[in-house]
Amino acid sequence: MELVCPAGSLPALKIAVDNGANAVYFGFRDSTNARQFAGLNFNDKRAAEGIEYAHLRGARVFCAINTYPQPDGWEQWKGAVDRAASLGVDAIILADMGLLDYAANKYPDIPRHLSVQGSATSHEALSFYKDNFDIRRAVLPRVLSLDQVGSVAKHSPVELEVFAFGSLCIMAEGRCYLSSYLTDESPNTRGACSPAKAVRWQETPQGLESRLNNVLIDRYGHGESAGYPTLCKGRFEVEGSVYHAIEEPVSLNTLDLVPELQELGISAVKIEGRQRSPAYIADVARTWRHALDNLESRPEEFTVEPQWRSTLASLSEGGLTTLGAYHRKWK
Amino acid sequence: MMKLSLGPILWFWSRQTVFDFYANAVEWPVDTIYLGEAVCSRRRELKPDDWLDLARDLKACGKDVVLSTQTLIESEADLRRLRRICDQNEFVVEANDQSALQVAIRNNLPFITGPSMNVYNVATLKVLAKQGLKGWNLPVELGKAALAQLIKGLKEEDLDVPAEVFAWGFLPLAWSSRCFTARHYNLPKDNCEFRCIEHPAGMELRSRESQELFRINGVSTLSGSRYDLMRELPEMERMGVSTVRLSPEYQGLEEVVKRFDQVRRGVTPTTDPLQLVEAPPCNGYWYRKPGMDLVGA
Repeated sequence: MELVCPAGSLPALKIAVDNGANAVYFGFRDSTNARQFAGLNFNDKRAAEGIEYAHLRGARVFCAINTYPQPDGWEQWKGAVDRAASLGVDAIILADMGLLDYAANKYPDIPRHLSVQGSATSHEALSFYKDNFDIRRAVLPRVLSLDQVGSVAKHSPVELEVFAFGSLCIMAEGRCYLSSYLTDESPNTRGACSPAKAVRWQETPQGLESRLNNVLIDRYGHGESAGYPTLCKGRFEVEGSVYHAIEEPVSLNTLDLVPELQELGISAVKIEGRQRSPAYIADVARTWRHALDNLESRPEEFTVEPQWRSTLASLSEGGLTTLGAYHRKWK
Repeated sequence: MMKLSLGPILWFWSRQTVFDFYANAVEWPVDTIYLGEAVCSRRRELKPDDWLDLARDLKACGKDVVLSTQTLIESEADLRRLRRICDQNEFVVEANDQSALQVAIRNNLPFITGPSMNVYNVATLKVLAKQGLKGWNLPVELGKAALAQLIKGLKEEDLDVPAEVFAWGFLPLAWSSRCFTARHYNLPKDNCEFRCIEHPAGMELRSRESQELFRINGVSTLSGSRYDLMRELPEMERMGVSTVRLSPEYQGLEEVVKRFDQVRRGVTPTTDPLQLVEAPPCNGYWYRKPGMDLVGA
């Protein structure tokens, strides 16, 4: 299985390649990709440098253009596809049907991967994208159990990539408008979820409060560690109880499932986190490289080493990891 | 004159409640009725054949009927139900995910894209129009500016695909494999005891300052405020919107339909828009603002 790592910056790209990524993915510095963060992502010059660095070392580079262009943004998004093509990327990761159509017609020789934002959760959906846009690979949303992933893989007309480690999106990606409901920006429209421009922190007599466009997302007691106010991970009241009604702040970690994923014929595992530091990327990439190499050389004896587990736990939100939807009990 | 439609029932109601609802709705001035389970595979008070029988009854009473498909498809069983809905040639289907597109196209069945399908630009509409698209819903997070450009773009491409807008009700905002109702009751999803049925208008999720943010409804999350574009109907008419969608609620919808019907006929309702369940109104998305905002109140 291929290890696909995030590159939010040139140093992160280089360090991912140095630590064993088979492929890295990046986005341009604008809302054409689903991880728009201030100070991150690539202009053309940095992208060219990163692609050269990766190619010299045998790693592939994918460009994510995976937000949904509205009519007034069409030229910009189309331009992003043109830029990716002229930079010589190894694949373009797309979600929008219109853009997939454009890329398939204009650059038939550049492989197209369906982004997780494309929300394909069945082999019928994958066949739709294969038949219409000849996609080569699809990234599955983080909502399927392992059995369900197996069933999709069995009938899939394309390569499959699944999320292996990083932040856990609890909603089917590409079909969540919670963020724009509160702030007007969403992953689909602006490549942003719970955008920083709408975040406000305030020390109050009741504790530290985090707000998103003035909506109280969470309130922390003394000594309690505070997370970024991603709205689905806040504490809310339902019928008189206050709790993480949608999801706790935890990270997805599927290290334990690696042999099964291989068995199912999954082509690639994907690390989430273009917003993360190069040091984080280095640790995660190195750990997963060890695990995949281990699986490759001794598939029968694969076990998760305690060292890998502790490294990844230390990099997780709240120090907690979950198998997420891969594990049906989670639901 | 613009058409009025009733979207699929997004809540879990008892079999009798569903039949009663449509027995009344057949008398209302709505043109199109969407039928079927669009949210959760475990909700089976009505079987596919029940929905089909109901569809035929409503059609016989002069309504246009569209069969809606499940929004988040996760299993082979989900696909079997989907194929069952698409294995007929009497009704158009509302495709709520790409699996439904694929199956409908394979069966040469005309389809409409639901409001959770990602149709954000004319290029996407062109792709779908080639495949049998008979109508499309504006994604709920888009507003009039995008809609105007989409309608204009369709005209320029000489494509006649009617536009529908979700205009009244709690906005369907997100789908998950996790069931938030089951989670609230500390039950596993696979053994949820169908507790949704106790909440025919969902469960309110509030901030710790009692602000109504969302409504939990099984695997779906809806807006905490009720979207209301009644005042925008004349503008939608000018823009060339074909159909305006009202989302079913179990009480008082008849009054809402009457008012929308009056407004589309150019009559100003004499009373304020009705508040059936305690919930603030919103219309932010229409104006490219946060969806929860209320502009021009």
